[in-house]
Formats: sequence, structure tokens, C-alpha cells
Amino acid sequence: MAATSGSQGNGSAAPEAASLTPISLPNAGLTQFTLDEELAAYREMLLIRRFEEKAGQMYGMGLIGGFCHLYIGQEAVIVGMTRAIKPGDQTITGYRDHAHMLACGIPPKAVMAELTGRAHGISKGKGGSMHMFSREHRFYGGHGIVGAQVPLGTGLAFANRYNGNGNISFTYFGDGAANQGQVYESFNMAELWKLPVVYVIENNRYAMGTSVKRASAMTDFSKRGLSFNIPGEQVDGMDVRAVAAAATQAAQWCRDGNGPIILEMLTYRYRGHSMSDPAKYRTKEEVQKMRTESDPIEQVRERLLNTHQASEASLKDIDAEVRALIGEAADFATHDSEPDPAELYTDVWK
Amino acid sequence: MSVDILMPALSPTMEQGKLTKWLKKEGDSVRAGDVLAEIETDKATMEVEAVDEGTLAKIIVPEGTENVAVNSPIGVIIAEGESVNNVSVNAAALKAQMPGMPTAEAPPSLSTTSVVAPPEPVATDVATVKMTVREALRDAMAEEMRRDPSVFVMGEEVAEYQGAYKITQGLLEEFGEKRVVDTPITEHAFAGIGIGAAMAGLKPIVEFMTFNFAMQAIDQIINSAAKTHYMSGGQMECPIVFRGPNGAAARVAAQHSQDYAAWYSHVPGLKVVVPYSAADAKGLLKSAIRDPNPVIFLENEILYGHSFEVPEGDDVLVPIGVARIARPGKDVTLVSFGIGMTYTLQAADALAGEGIEAEVIDLRTIRPLDIETVLASVRKTGRCVTVEEGWPQSGVGSEISARLMERAFDYLDAPVLRITGRDVPMPYAANLEKLALPNVAEVVAAAKAVCYR
Ligand SMILES: Cc1ncc(C[n+]2csc(CCOP(=O)(O)OP(=O)(O)O)c2C)c(N)n1
Ligand SMILES: [Mg+2]
Repeated sequence: MAATSGSQGNGSAAPEAASLTPISLPNAGLTQFTLDEELAAYREMLLIRRFEEKAGQMYGMGLIGGFCHLYIGQEAVIVGMTRAIKPGDQTITGYRDHAHMLACGIPPKAVMAELTGRAHGISKGKGGSMHMFSREHRFYGGHGIVGAQVPLGTGLAFANRYNGNGNISFTYFGDGAANQGQVYESFNMAELWKLPVVYVIENNRYAMGTSVKRASAMTDFSKRGLSFNIPGEQVDGMDVRAVAAAATQAAQWCRDGNGPIILEMLTYRYRGHSMSDPAKYRTKEEVQKMRTESDPIEQVRERLLNTHQASEASLKDIDAEVRALIGEAADFATHDSEPDPAELYTDVWK
Repeated sequence: MSVDILMPALSPTMEQGKLTKWLKKEGDSVRAGDVLAEIETDKATMEVEAVDEGTLAKIIVPEGTENVAVNSPIGVIIAEGESVNNVSVNAAALKAQMPGMPTAEAPPSLSTTSVVAPPEPVATDVATVKMTVREALRDAMAEEMRRDPSVFVMGEEVAEYQGAYKITQGLLEEFGEKRVVDTPITEHAFAGIGIGAAMAGLKPIVEFMTFNFAMQAIDQIINSAAKTHYMSGGQMECPIVFRGPNGAAARVAAQHSQDYAAWYSHVPGLKVVVPYSAADAKGLLKSAIRDPNPVIFLENEILYGHSFEVPEGDDVLVPIGVARIARPGKDVTLVSFGIGMTYTLQAADALAGEGIEAEVIDLRTIRPLDIETVLASVRKTGRCVTVEEGWPQSGVGSEISARLMERAFDYLDAPVLRITGRDVPMPYAANLEKLALPNVAEVVAAAKAVCYR
């Protein structure tokens, strides 16, 4: 956990040269999970996957409308990151947000009912898939505009430092979002003011139909903070243990008052960008290879069975429990009533 | 137990698609996640995955069938071990697949916005061809790019992906990557880059994936594009077109459903064009590309798939700043633009049935506003109703209303009424979204009210 301290502000005789030396943290390695920790990670990732599969089906049935972006393939990122979350820490992300909400402990029912636009959805049916929030769970959205959450997440960190509460803002965005100008304006201020924010770049290799190398002059996103002196680490985002280790180290870095840090998660989305994406920009083989060789859930399952000697039956029990939970959420979301028409005019102003 | 495989909805605005190919045959066993069939919409080809496992007992809709309604059964899966022969296909299911048959189960989201474009009256002596607004826009760009090598297209997913809404389909192939340029997701900078290139003499067409994202770039559009000619005492030119879908699509909620017509129309130095028909989309986009000024060209996703008659030939321009009488009448003037025309024309039909002859004006351009056409009509009818999807305060309707009050006060027999979107961010829920948008009935009611009927 020992985060090496930075080389900035050390009163060296050659400040310019010093500021050009990038700060680097040691590779965080892997967190060794106990059996219980592996089981918890397995269950949480499975919950996300089954939730997303169900959402995809319900979209096809016309129960969910608009844009619906699934997180399938990326489960290890949010589940690993939340190993480092402490009470009071905030989470904020873009429109691919269902998983972040589930990982923050928001009941699947409330998320699913929002997807179907019903009265008991978490935003009363007014926000939909891309715009969901929970004050109670310190989940700050759910934002439809690519990159907009980055300054907002930085602002959450500003408030943490202002209030001296020791909390961190976990700010998630994609490889595509990482090219927006407001990201770098935020980076600068975050480092300038030493704000406690962990920037998590979920590099799933594509922004809609554009691969990283077609959109980015420099594709190592962990280095995107270099010119601001923000340290960064590239992490195997398909391995929940690697994510957990990096998350723990990064969180400590922030909590120690060192300012922001960047974690680039190398991950992959199995499905199209949204439901209407034919995904012609990549081959079936590419997707299949990720699925068979790096699936985050299969990795844990394998370890559970082979290293931890967990029984097939105990995993089946988890599968069944998760299925039942998702079934219940889908059922609730299908049968809950639509919002009262009067809701059209409420909440515009407080 | 048998389970119907339903024609899936793949996008917010999809109502029907073509079943191109079955990848499984009757009798094949399937597992959840297997690809069963391929379907095609005007935008994309997609795969239908099995949700349940079992045996594909029956193919209801054969491959090659066009216009299969969303949510209609296309096949039946039975549990492994059940007999295929026991499956009977109910009549309702068969009926649902018939082209053009609306399905009762179709989600409300799809029907709220599915207004069918009424036929366009076209002059009989011009040869026309039927095409969608999407094709008309593509053709306009392609023709102008052939004509003028300084015209190029730039934006997110415009080249290799063929456009997020397939408006730039085929352009990369014809014009190459020098002239059809994919950008990263960096609206503020690529709008500025376009403006700089325009100042240097090129003629950029900057596509915003939707106009919601142009808000990232609005400073460049207004402070750099709109004002430069003036600030430079007429030295600098900025011949650029900013185009893309504007306004509400279907169920995409608050951050993706805004009408920017009034916003941009506020700004001197900009031209603001909002076509409704395919003929106007084509003719106006060609004029916009040739225009030496910055032009905001507001399209609409729902209209993209609508078909209209379009004059043949690649030199048919529609002038910017000229409104069109879409339907002549003498009792009341209905003024609209863009998708608002769908409500307005339907309302005019309904009013005709009640003996009220409405004159429908399609503004086509919001700035410069062809107020003379509106004035001439209102001086004749004495009544006016405006129709738009945007918010009421400081809307296009407010502007028209003010100008009529200033210049046709003595001709007005009733106050001008505005039909607009509700004064709220766009909600996601299907029922609320429907309530938030204007509808035909309220246009009819407003027209009757100003006629004191
Ligand atoms: C400002 C803005 N521009 C464009 C879009 C349309 N859009 C939505 S998601 C997306 C791709 C984003 O890719 P990435 O940041 O890599 O995230 P991912 O979808 O891969 O999770 C685009 C272009 C938008 N929502 N906002
Ligand atoms: Mg991405």
C-alpha cells in the first residue's frame, strides 16, 4: 500500500527538471482474495452480468426504450474498484451506469424500474438508463454527455477537501471521453489543488465504432496525466484482483493528501455500444477471444473451483440466488405503474 | 411450453425491419445467446439472439420478409423434448407480421412519435423521385462535394461507421479519408478546427452526432463563427455548415432531447435552417453548403426515415430564408417547421373535416425569418397558431407572435396562440414523454379557439 511520494514540491535546486520527472507508483500487483472475498466478487459480477442480460432482453421486448448501454465484459472494473470504497466516498460515471449503481448497493429493482420508466424507478421514471442518481448511495450519476462527469467528479473531490472529510471521489469515464477537453482542464485543477479524486478510465478499446488507435494520438491513457504531474497506472481490468489492488493503492494515495491519480483499466465490452450498434467495426473472433480467454467472471469461477476448492453446488446456489433477484427486479419493473402524469411538472425546481 | 421469438426493437425509433436471414432451421436446438436470425433496419444489420433454450419449432416469418413490425412473433421455441408438431401458430401472430399492421403490443414509446408524413404536393412538370430525408441529405452532400473540392465532412463516426444515423453513408468510399474525416469525441475543438479551416477558405460540413453535443461547442459556434465577419469589418468569411439531428428522438430523455431552433435563431451572424421534407432537406443543404456564412442545419432523427418526392437533378436548390405555403387556406394560419409540420399538416386535415380551411406555412428557415410570408397569410386569415417542439419561453412562436403584434395588429381577430413542448426537461417515461410533446389534438383545439369555434 506504500505509495511512493511524489517528486514535486521538494524545494530542489532545479525545480524545472524536478517537475519533469514523472511520479510513478509501484505496480499494485494482485490482491490475494480469501474464499469469502472471491465468492463476494463472483456474486457481484454475476449480478451485474445477469442484470445486463435481462435489460438487453427487455429492450428487445420494447419494455425499455431510448438508449441502453450494457456493461457486459467490464464487470471486474467496478467490482474491483469498490473493494477500496469507504463510507462517504462518491461515485460518478457516464451513461454506461447500471453496474456502478448495483456495485454501490442500489437495489436492482430500483434500477430496472428506472429502465422501464416506471414510478418506482430510482429517478421516478424521469431519467431512464443514462440518467440515474442516488443521494443515499452517494452515486452522482448517470450522465449522458460524454466527458461531462469528469469536472463534476472533480467538483465532488473539491467538496471533500473543502469539508476535510477524508473522502474520495471515484470518477469513471471511457477511452473516448478521455479525449474531451474538459477532462484536461479538470486534471490541471485537480493536481493544482491536490483534490482527492481517482480517475478511472475504462478503456474498453472502443468509443462507439471508433477504436482507441483511430481516436487517440497517444493510446496509453495512464500517461494522460503526465503533463500535470498526476501519476497513473495501467491495470488488467479483466482481473478483479488486479483492479482491487490498484484501487486500494490509489485510494490510499488520495487519502494521504497527494491529490489525484489515474487508473487506466484495460477492459472490453462484449456487446455493441448501445442496443442499436451492429458492431461491424470489429471481428466476431476478437470478441470471442476476449470472452474465452479473459472473461472476468470465468476467471474467478476457475479460481474458486480449482484454488479454493469451492463446490460446484455452492456456485450453483449463488447463480440461483442471483437469477431469482434479477427475475424479481424484472418482474417488478414490468408491472410497476407508470409515473403519475402530474410528475411531468414536478422537480423542475426545488 | 412454447415461447414466441419476437421481432426485437434495436433502436429508439425502430418500428419495423426486414428479416434478412435465419441462421437456425426448424428443428435445430438452440441455447440462450445463440444467434437465431439477422435483421436489417434502414440504419443497420443486427443479430437476433435466443433468450431461451430449446428447439426452434417453427419459423413464422420467412427470411426476406420486409417491414416486420417490432414485437411481432417471428418464430417459436419449444422446450427440448417437446413435440414440434404440437405447436400451433395463432392467427393473431400471423396477422401481426403483415406489412404495415400496427401491433397492439408495440411499446407506447414507438407509437407516440410515429407520425406518418403526408404526401407532399409537388409541381407536376418537374420529374421527381421518391426518397427518404436521410438519402436526400446524403445526396446533397455528395453532389456538393463533387462540385466543389473545398467541401469536406467532419465529425464523429461520419466515415468508417457511415454516420451514427447513416447520413454520410457511402461518402468515405467515394471521397476518401481526406474529405470524410472521423474525429475523436471532442466537439469544442473540432467545431473550432472547422471554423479555422473555413476562415482559411475551405467549406467544412461539421456533423454533430446530435445537436445536444453541439452545446460542448457552442462558444466556438457563436463567438468564433457567427461574429467573425462582423468583427473583421467584413474581411473574414466563415462558410461552414453545422448539421445533425436536433430535437427529441424517442425515449432518449432530458440530455438528448432538445430543440435548438430558438437558441441559434437568437444569434446575428448565423443562418438557421430546419427542413421538414426530403426535397427541402436536399435543396436547403445544398444552399447551406454554398452559403458564405455559418449555417446551423437542424435535422430530425424521426424524419430521417420519412419518404417524400424530391425533384430530380443535382442543381435544384431551395433558397435559405424563404418560407413555403404547404397548404393554402383562408380561415386560420398555422406556422411550423421541421418535425412540427407533421402535427400541423395532420391538424389541417382534421380541421378541413370540420369546415375550417387552415393555411399551413412551413418556415424552413428560422433566421433569416421569412416574416413577410407569414404576414401576408395572417392579413388574410386574421388568426395564427404556431407549432414547435421546443420550449415555450422565448421560442420561435414567441418571436412570430411578437412580430405579428407589431406588424399585423389591426388584422388580428384573435390572440396568436403557441403550441410548444412543455416547459420541462424531457422525461424518460413513455407516458410522460408523450405528455411533454405537442400533439395534433391540441393544434386542432388551438386553431378552433382562435376561430371562436
Ligand atoms: C458530448 C457527447 N458527444 C457525443 C456523444 C455520443 N456518444 C455517446 S457514447 C459515445 C462513445 C463514448 O465512448 P467511451 O468514452 O469510450 O465510453 P464507452 O461507451 O466505451 O463506455 C458517444 C460518441 C455524447 N453522448 N456526448
Ligand atoms: Mg470506450
